[in-house]
Amino acid sequence: MQADTKTTIDRTTGANGVSISVLRFTGDISSTSKESVLGAWQSVGSNDPVLLDFTKVDYINSSGIALIIQMLMEADKTGQKVAAFGLTPHFQKVFTMVGISRYAGLYKDEPTAAASL
Amino acid sequence: MTDTTGTSVEVRLPSRLGFEKVAMATAASVARLKGFSDERIEDLKTAVAEACINAMEHGNKLNENLSVGIILSTSADELEVKVLDNGSGISRQPPPPNIDRKVHGEEDPRGMGMFLIQKLVDEAEWVRDSKGKGSYVRLVIRLDRENEHDKESE
Repeated sequence: MQADTKTTIDRTTGANGVSISVLRFTGDISSTSKESVLGAWQSVGSNDPVLLDFTKVDYINSSGIALIIQMLMEADKTGQKVAAFGLTPHFQKVFTMVGISRYAGLYKDEPTAAASL
Repeated sequence: MTDTTGTSVEVRLPSRLGFEKVAMATAASVARLKGFSDERIEDLKTAVAEACINAMEHGNKLNENLSVGIILSTSADELEVKVLDNGSGISRQPPPPNIDRKVHGEEDPRGMGMFLIQKLVDEAEWVRDSKGKGSYVRLVIRLDRENEHDKESE
């Protein structure tokens, strides 16, 4: 019933030539996504800023939000910057409600998000 | 638009995570027939999903022999959703989540469900059966709050 989460890791370049890791999520982000989401996070360098791509995500529940907060916990420890893009208006509202937007800027598309890092 | 006033729709789900999507789709269909906007339907879907997940996990302890009931009822200007389980309900509301404490590892990163429910619907009430035979959460969205939500989200 739940769509599996697939996470791929890309690299891009942001403003001033900074190297950025991009985590691209596909499917649902829920309680069954832990290995895919946090496993991918552990694969990115601890010095690079990170973009989170939600363009192909349809469903995020509170367990999925907890996984995103866990990524932000790790980023906070290392001082990594995080930005997100591709969220539907509804999930932009939800992320703002729970306070995620205070730790990860929310942007409409990848170029805008990359330029913020 | 179909006149849904006074109608009731019931769904029973196994206590298996993922099946909350059936309740989300059903609630969305009824809300659409009732004339709610797409934005409010998305709010309702998330609230219903979180209520179902709480019922499956905390109420029924993920025992698939126990089902979660969803009853959707309409009146002239509102849609009510009851999500029922076999648990004893909550004795008190948890404190609101604190994102700073969560990010700094001082608070469990989970625990956003009830907060989201309260933020996304016009009314949310957790009710314990007086005989200890189950509990339910009651969610309400109202048509006359449509414009207020539009303004809040701008």
